[in-house]
Amino acid sequence: MVGRKSKLRRILTVDLPMVLILTFTLGPYLWMLLTSVTPESRLFTEGPGLVGATLENYIRLFSTVGFLTNLIHSFIIAGGTVIVGLTLSVTAAYSFSRFSFRGKRYLLMQFLVINMFPVVLLILPLFVLMRVLGILDTHLALIIANATVAIPFSVWMMTSYMNGIPKSLDEAAMTDGCSRLGALWRVVLPLCTPGIIATGIYIFITAWNEYLYALTLGGRNVRPITVAIQTLIGEYEVEWGLLTAGGIVGAMPATVLFLIVQKRLISGLTQGAVKG
Amino acid sequence: MPSSETPIRRGALARQVLPYALLSPAVLVTLAIVFFPMAQAAWMSLHDYILFKPKEFPFVGLKNFFTAFQDEVFWISLRHTVLWIALTVPAQMLLGLVTALLLNQRFPWRALARALIIIPWALPSVVIALMWVWIYDANYGILNEFLLRMGLLKASIPWLADPDTALYAIILTLTWQGFPFFAVMILAGLQSIPKSYYEAASLDGASAWQQFWYITLPGISGVLITAVLLRTIWVANSIDVIFVMTGGGPGYATYTLPLYAFIKARTNLDFGYGSALAVLFTLMLLGLVIVYLRRTGRATS
Repeated sequence: MVGRKSKLRRILTVDLPMVLILTFTLGPYLWMLLTSVTPESRLFTEGPGLVGATLENYIRLFSTVGFLTNLIHSFIIAGGTVIVGLTLSVTAAYSFSRFSFRGKRYLLMQFLVINMFPVVLLILPLFVLMRVLGILDTHLALIIANATVAIPFSVWMMTSYMNGIPKSLDEAAMTDGCSRLGALWRVVLPLCTPGIIATGIYIFITAWNEYLYALTLGGRNVRPITVAIQTLIGEYEVEWGLLTAGGIVGAMPATVLFLIVQKRLISGLTQGAVKG
Repeated sequence: MPSSETPIRRGALARQVLPYALLSPAVLVTLAIVFFPMAQAAWMSLHDYILFKPKEFPFVGLKNFFTAFQDEVFWISLRHTVLWIALTVPAQMLLGLVTALLLNQRFPWRALARALIIIPWALPSVVIALMWVWIYDANYGILNEFLLRMGLLKASIPWLADPDTALYAIILTLTWQGFPFFAVMILAGLQSIPKSYYEAASLDGASAWQQFWYITLPGISGVLITAVLLRTIWVANSIDVIFVMTGGGPGYATYTLPLYAFIKARTNLDFGYGSALAVLFTLMLLGLVIVYLRRTGRATS
C-alpha cells in the first residue's frame, strides 16, 4: 500500500515533470523530423503529419541540391581541425601536466581565456588577414579559424586527462631507458587514448556545427553543411520540407557522435567546474 | 673534474628548456592565429577602414569609439545585450536546475532521459535557428497553431516579424539551446554532495525544502557560479542564432552589440567601426572573464 502510494507520488513529482521537460527538449527536433517527411503538397494544407510520409525531400537534397559535396567539405574541415587541434596540443598538455616552470599559470590561463573572447573580435581581423594571404574560401582558412577554438580547448582537456595518469609511470619508463618523449609516446598517450578520442570528437562536433566563420571566411567554393542549409532559404519562399530535411542530415553526425561520447566528455568538461 | 660537470649542467638546462619546447607549437600557433589577429583588430579600430577602399587607411585615434557613443544603434544594441543576458541566463539556469534535480532522482528511465536531454547542445546553431523560425512561422508555425487551439490567442502572431516579440522569441530559443549545459553541470555538482548529509538532516526532521536550502544549494553553489559565468560570457558572445533567425531585424529590434559589430563589417564593410564595436564589447566582457579566471586559477593551483 505504502509502496504504491510512493510510486504514484514519484510519477507525479518526478516522471511527469521529466516528461514535460523532455517534450520541450525534443519537441522542436521531432517537429523538424516530421516536417521533413511530409510531402510538399500536404505541408501547407494539412500541416506536417505521418500520412503519406515520404523521403522525397531527402532524395531531392542529394540529387538536385548537391548536399553530398557540402557534407564532404564539412568532413574535410572538421577532420582537419581535429588533426591540427590534437597534434598541436599533445606536447603542450604533457608539459603542463608534468613540469613546473616559470609562467606556467599564465600560459595555462592564456589557453583558457582564448575561448572567452567574442568571435566577432577574431572574425574581422581573420577575414582581413586571410584576404591579404589569399587563402579566403579554402579549407585551410576554415581549419585555421576553427583551430582558434580547438587548440585551447584541446590543451585544456588533455591536460586534465594527463593529470589523471600517475607521474610514477613516466618515471618507471624513464628508469627503464625511455627518454621523456619516449615516455610520453609509449606510456602516457596510450593511457590517454579514451580522453584523446573524446576530445577529438568534441572538436569534430564543434567544427562541424560552426557557422559564422564558415559563412564569412568560406561560403562560395568551400561551402560546409551549415552554410548550405541556410542558403536553402529562397528569396521569396521557403521550402520547409527541403530545409528541415537538410537540418536533420546536417545535425545527424554531430548528434550521433555526441550521444556516443557524452559520458566521458561530460566528466571531463565538468571536472574543472566541480572543483571550483 | 670539469668533464663530469658539463653533462649535468647540460641536463639541467635541457630540463629547464624542455617544458617550453614542448609548449612552443601550441603557443606559437595561438599567437599567430589568435593574439596577432586580436591586436590587428585593436589596430583597425583606430583607423578609418572601409574594405572596398583598401588604399585608404588613415589613423583616426579614438574617433570610432566616440562615434559609437553618439550612435543611437550602439545604445539600442547595448540595451538589448543586457536584456538578452539578464533574461536568457537565469532562464537557462532555472530550467537547468529543475532538470538536474529531477535527473538526480531515482526513476527507471533515468539513463535515457539523461542522454536525451543533451540533444539541443549537440545540434548546429543554424539548424536550431531554422527549426525555431519554422516553429514561429506566422502562417504555418506550430506555436501559433497550438496557442490558437488552446484559445490563448485570437489571431496568430508573427513572432519574429513583430518588433515587440522578436527578441523574446529568440531568447526562448537560446534558453532551449543552453539549459542542458546547466543541467549537466549542476547534476555533476549534485552528485558530489555526500548522501549522508541528507540522511542526517532527515533524521533531524528537516523538511525537503530545508534540505534543499541548507544542503543542496550550498553544495552546488560553486558549480552554479562557474556555470553562470561561463554561460553569461557564452550567451553574450553568441550571435549565430540571432543572425540566422532575424539578422537583427525587424529594424533594430534584435540587435545585440556583437551582432551590430558583425553586421557593420559584413554588410557595410566598415571594418574600422566594426572593430571598434568589437573591441568595446570585449572590454565590457573582460570584467566577467577576469572573475572567471580568478575562480579557475584558484581551483587549479
